[in-house]
Amino acid sequence: MPKPLRYVNAVAQALNDAMAADPAVMLMGEDVAAAGGPFKATRGLLDAHGPERVRDTPISEASLVGAAVGAALTGMKPVVEIMFMDFVTLAMDAVVNQAAKARFMFGGQCSVPMVLRTPHGGGLNAGPQHSQCLEAWFAHIPGLRVVCPATVADAYSLLRAAIEAPDPVVVVENKALYALQGDIDVNAPREVGKARLDRAGRDATIVTYGATLYAARAAADRLAAEGIEAEIVDLRWIQPWDEEAVFASVAKTHRVVIAHEAVQAFGVGAEIAARIASDAFDDLDAPVLRVGAPFMPIAFAKTLEAAYLPDADRIVAAVKSTLA
Amino acid sequence: MPSSAAQADPIPANSIPTDRRLALHRTMQTIRATETTLSRLFADGEIPGFIHLSVGQEAVAAGVVGALGPRDSFATTHRGHGHVLARGVKLDLFFKEIMGRAGGICGGRGGSMHVADLSLGVLGANGIVGAGLPLATGSALAHQTRRTGGVAVAFFGDGAMAEGALHECLNMAALWKLPMVFVCENNGWSEFSPTSTQFAATLDKLGAAFGVPHRRVDGNDVAAVAEAATEVVEAARGGGPRILECLTTRWHGHFEGDPQRYRNADEIAGLPQNDPLRRSAEALLAAGVEESALAALVDSVDAEIREALEAARADALPDVDAAFRDVYTPTATLTAGA
Ligand SMILES: Cc1ncc(C[n+]2csc(CCOP(=O)(O)OP(=O)(O)O)c2C)c(N)n1
Repeated sequence: MPKPLRYVNAVAQALNDAMAADPAVMLMGEDVAAAGGPFKATRGLLDAHGPERVRDTPISEASLVGAAVGAALTGMKPVVEIMFMDFVTLAMDAVVNQAAKARFMFGGQCSVPMVLRTPHGGGLNAGPQHSQCLEAWFAHIPGLRVVCPATVADAYSLLRAAIEAPDPVVVVENKALYALQGDIDVNAPREVGKARLDRAGRDATIVTYGATLYAARAAADRLAAEGIEAEIVDLRWIQPWDEEAVFASVAKTHRVVIAHEAVQAFGVGAEIAARIASDAFDDLDAPVLRVGAPFMPIAFAKTLEAAYLPDADRIVAAVKSTLA
Repeated sequence: MPSSAAQADPIPANSIPTDRRLALHRTMQTIRATETTLSRLFADGEIPGFIHLSVGQEAVAAGVVGALGPRDSFATTHRGHGHVLARGVKLDLFFKEIMGRAGGICGGRGGSMHVADLSLGVLGANGIVGAGLPLATGSALAHQTRRTGGVAVAFFGDGAMAEGALHECLNMAALWKLPMVFVCENNGWSEFSPTSTQFAATLDKLGAAFGVPHRRVDGNDVAAVAEAATEVVEAARGGGPRILECLTTRWHGHFEGDPQRYRNADEIAGLPQNDPLRRSAEALLAAGVEESALAALVDSVDAEIREALEAARADALPDVDAAFRDVYTPTATLTAGA
């Protein structure tokens, strides 16, 4: 039996194994080398792979991500770390106008095999500029892929899959999950766009991703105590998302709640709800409900953050109202 | 010392009167005692999130902010406690904010990294490195356009020299001759990396590229900072942007709880040798101020802090319904084009 790893160590292991497997893979980011990254997700990699392939960059997000695009167009497979997802705003041109479109607008001449890793999410009282969940922005851009691993095993396999993918992938981790313990399987299939059935149930489906998986599990436990069996689909990939898996679950339970930590309005849940409404309407016995953050910036104070983050209570209430 | 490559410009003979020096000393003492208290509160779990302290850098805050007039404005950084305290934000409102209380200056929504007091021209601390630079540039533009006679200051760390925002703002401020001072707090570190590994140029050369005059001072000598700041602020008021680079020292880690493994023990041990407070106290004693007067100053600052902390502990926690009120400005109706 392998020793359980922390989520953050599973990330480091995936980076290490990807670099060992492919000399084109390199890391770039602020303090990722000697310091091992602010969350220690790159610890040990400088020693293992040397300063050419593990590069500290200045605090220059716009240019460092743009440089990764250029490196990817010139034979490397850069994995860039942006310390907090909030700071991707500074690099949006590189991601949205350059990385996402190069293959398409150059007539398919090239691809941009790069990964942007970044943590989102609350739970640390890090305040309005260090806690946002901005994944829907990227999922909205044709040419980008977005993945959000919730478990330790997925922190490993999905990052490996992202690095192997030929197109730009935004890998969204959650700061609150970095200390989570679990096992990895280095030989697990590394697929793009596949969801995972986290828990089987017959009465309602909870579609979720990222740290909200744990709120969904807690909700399902509480519902089970009342005789309601909720099925949980952990999406894992947000772009592309696994329509087949979600539709199959809807066909079985006929009731759906979509839960995520990001602001509910105009979010990932909105897209999934709309697709279910248009393509699986006949399978529904109740309106599709969403549980997400309220339409406000996330605040610093503990009471405000706690009220902001979607929790098991709200998921339980939503599931019950689909059954009412 | 990472910042040893840069040498401070020689300063002219000291012309700051003793009462002004005492005021500067008191400001530094307030910042030091407040942050030392915060460090303890953080270790005890009374402060949520994370905090970046400016212990060792007090002379920059006291000297620069002390040189500003009431109409002037500034934007600061993630390490901005000193600047807002020097500007005179009410101590109880400050503590309440850092401790996430309802009565905080920002209602507990921002915390340490977002302390702001618009009534004092403080455009906010910022969690985004370099983001204060364009804000200050715009503030200077407003001073110029509205003819307020005010100057805007942008505080930034040496790490922010790598951000394009600095380069772009220097250009804009120079083009438009904005009444603006770029104040770099150069403590030699950006997070866990020495600045020598982060920035290929020097700030004077960067300024020269845009024709923005640059001064470099010993940022641990409050009198030197105050003199230089007074000069550059007044020069900027009528004559376009200036750069003031203050060489200083960060005693604590990047954030509280940072074990500083990247720093060698000699450097850490040597930091208090350059203590701006000790140096200022020595200068005051030499100018004839009594030892007992300095001790009384320490006591009175401590008493103010105790009182503010008690008020903060007694304050309520913020409530989410109240937070919703400020996502947008309340308006009776929203009318397009009105
Ligand atoms: C845009 C952005 N990138 C990265 C960070 C993370 N970060 C916070 S402070 C810091 C170092 C800043 O160094 P410096 O400007 O020298 O200020 P100091 O901390 O030394 O006061 C970094 C990288 C951030 N907050 N914002």
